[in-house]
Amino acid sequence: MANTDIFQIRTEEAPRMPAPVSTTGAIGWMRQNLFSSIGNTILTVVGILLAYSIVAPFIQFALIDAVWTGENREACLPQDGGHGGACWAYVKAYLPQFIYGRYPVDEIWRVNIVYALFLLLLVPLAIPSAPFKKTNAILFLVVFPIVAYFLLTGLVIGDAVILPIVETAVWGGLLVTLVIAVTGIVASLPLGVALALGRRSKMPIIKMVSIIFIEFWRGVPLITVLFMSSVMLPLFLPEGVTFDKLLRVLIGVTLFSAAYMAEVVRGGLQAIPKGQYEGAMAVGLRFWPMMYLIILPQALKLVIPGIVNTFIGLFKDTTLVLIVGMFDLLGQIQSSFTDPTWSTPSQGHTGYLFAAIVFFVFCFGMSRYSIFMEKKLHTGHKR
Amino acid sequence: MSVMEQDSAGAPARASLLNDPKVRGLFYQVLLIAALVFFGYFIVTNTIANLERQNIASGWGFLENTAGFGIIQSMVPYSETSSYGTALVVGLFNTILVAVVGIFFATIIGFVVGIARLSNNWVISRIAYCYVELVRNVPLLLQIFFWYFAVLRAVPGKREKWSLFDTVHLNIGGLRLPKPIWEPGSFMIGIALVVAIVASIVISKWAHKRQDATGQQFPMFWTAVGLIIGLPLLAYLVMGMPMHLEHPVFVDTGPRIRQGFELNVGINIIPEFLALTAALAIYTAAFIAEIVRAGIQAVSHGQTEAAHALGLRNGPTLRLVVIPQAMRVIIPPLTSQYLNLTKNSSLAVAIAFPDLVSVGGTVLNQTGQAIEIIGIWMAVYLSLSLLTSAFMNWYNQRMALVER
Repeated sequence: MANTDIFQIRTEEAPRMPAPVSTTGAIGWMRQNLFSSIGNTILTVVGILLAYSIVAPFIQFALIDAVWTGENREACLPQDGGHGGACWAYVKAYLPQFIYGRYPVDEIWRVNIVYALFLLLLVPLAIPSAPFKKTNAILFLVVFPIVAYFLLTGLVIGDAVILPIVETAVWGGLLVTLVIAVTGIVASLPLGVALALGRRSKMPIIKMVSIIFIEFWRGVPLITVLFMSSVMLPLFLPEGVTFDKLLRVLIGVTLFSAAYMAEVVRGGLQAIPKGQYEGAMAVGLRFWPMMYLIILPQALKLVIPGIVNTFIGLFKDTTLVLIVGMFDLLGQIQSSFTDPTWSTPSQGHTGYLFAAIVFFVFCFGMSRYSIFMEKKLHTGHKR
Repeated sequence: MSVMEQDSAGAPARASLLNDPKVRGLFYQVLLIAALVFFGYFIVTNTIANLERQNIASGWGFLENTAGFGIIQSMVPYSETSSYGTALVVGLFNTILVAVVGIFFATIIGFVVGIARLSNNWVISRIAYCYVELVRNVPLLLQIFFWYFAVLRAVPGKREKWSLFDTVHLNIGGLRLPKPIWEPGSFMIGIALVVAIVASIVISKWAHKRQDATGQQFPMFWTAVGLIIGLPLLAYLVMGMPMHLEHPVFVDTGPRIRQGFELNVGINIIPEFLALTAALAIYTAAFIAEIVRAGIQAVSHGQTEAAHALGLRNGPTLRLVVIPQAMRVIIPPLTSQYLNLTKNSSLAVAIAFPDLVSVGGTVLNQTGQAIEIIGIWMAVYLSLSLLTSAFMNWYNQRMALVER
């Protein structure tokens, strides 16, 4: 036909061309994310310079100029009169104090057992697929605290000294940090749940008492609470009755974080639709079974991020006990600065860096774990 | 089940009374009150006995006594012969100063970092991310120590200095700034400033009304900037420049003991204040950044698209559509962060910056009036908390979505 001359039908596919180099691969990514416009390019350059000016001296200090071995300050003294690098040899020498405080050397095995038990029970509890969850939880929440208490403080039955008494005054370092944090966390959660339920209760007096309690503890700084528990609490007690200093601090910290926990839990309770309560009542559940079986599991799951945030805050706040004269990890590090054996210009920087790394590992770890759990427990409520 | 069976079987009155929620509620509440009353009685009697034994007179009389200790920074006249009451007032003002300055900087840094985290630029958003994660996961007290003992001890000693434009100087004694000296006639500058602010508010109201009526916009922002800068400047010139700057005097000759900055010339911001404010602002800013990011992300992208479809450019879209909606999400948690910052300023005691807790601690050690001092602390922080949250709630209500 004559018509075939004026149009053309393609009988085979056009060859597939690769995407332009400028939009794919590393170059494309950089064009899009780093140099998409003049302003963006300037930002990138400024950002890289900024990052370099912070990271480079840090690496220089912490790794390149660092001193890793040595017996005393001689090793860490900079030759040229400058500040020198990090003195890791000092951290190494002081590590036992940072971990155990002034706990008697012969009894340190007891602390080690507590640390080991803690890890042994916590790890399977944290791994969702590990078996025997219920037994594990009971062991961790009920048996472990009792065992740890006697292991750490000592056990004397009658005249028989099974484990020598170790005064809490000599505890220190990571031990105190962990004791305060773990006790605070474990004790404040149930108290916080109770307060949250109290705040939502229909009984006016219970509600009012809960509100006053929560708002009072949330309105004052933790420092004043610690002062209160260390200075005022002894005044409240009958003559002759004394509380251990650590115990006083524990009470203060627990009450303080319980108030924060209560508000987090309240948020979760508010998010539960009324139908869930009505459903539970319709099947004949009473208040506590309804809470325990229906409401709280849902509410707590909703507020996992908030609960973990409170935990992280509590963990960081344990450092404040050094103000009332207890030696947690930071306090122990701070007090080591007075030792002339290791006094060098970089000692303070090294000590603080070490503390920062330890706290960062714990807190960042907790926050990552919370994100993981949130995804794991996610049962399709997401909109 | 058993409850219902009992009921239907016509259980005795006493049993059904026990199961009556009202009676039960009453019972629990009476129990709670009794426990509280007993607890209060127990504490009060013990405390009275203990105080008597230690010979501590309770009451507020001690506030009149001479304090006898010095305070390195005070905004009201204070000397060692002032009373304990004055010392506490000095501490209160210092607390408020730290809180206000800290909140100001934390808000700015927080918004910048929060927006930076959402940047398309990978480098910028990564830097912001690292900042937030590093700062949030390290205790505040450690950061205060870091700024005070590590950073501010690394600056030049008393007889040397770092200078910026020869007006701002930094050495181990603190940050020195020129101090404005007001001369007669300078009150006009203040009046001009007040007039400018009032005029800006009035013009802004008028501009809103006019826009509602006619749709015409008025360059409000630049008018206000012009007024607030221009009027005081005009007053300054008209009154014959009744203000000059007193620059800090640095002596680098003569006997070594005399070298360094002269005392009481210019403004000196002490290192304790610098360290505390820096740590508080940087720490709180990391939390504010997360709040800002969440707030902006909570505004659906459709809002931006709709604004663009109406022909708004990026700037007005952000200013008129995205930010007002994001602020609704941001303000309540932002309030808590402001409160946290205020309460955290009490960590000043760790580096001996004389805030309320630090001064109060000294008074407590000298007088033993634990109950009164801790009572003052708690009352002050509680009322600061309540005031801040009342203000922010009011602001929140003003900004809240008006629904029918």
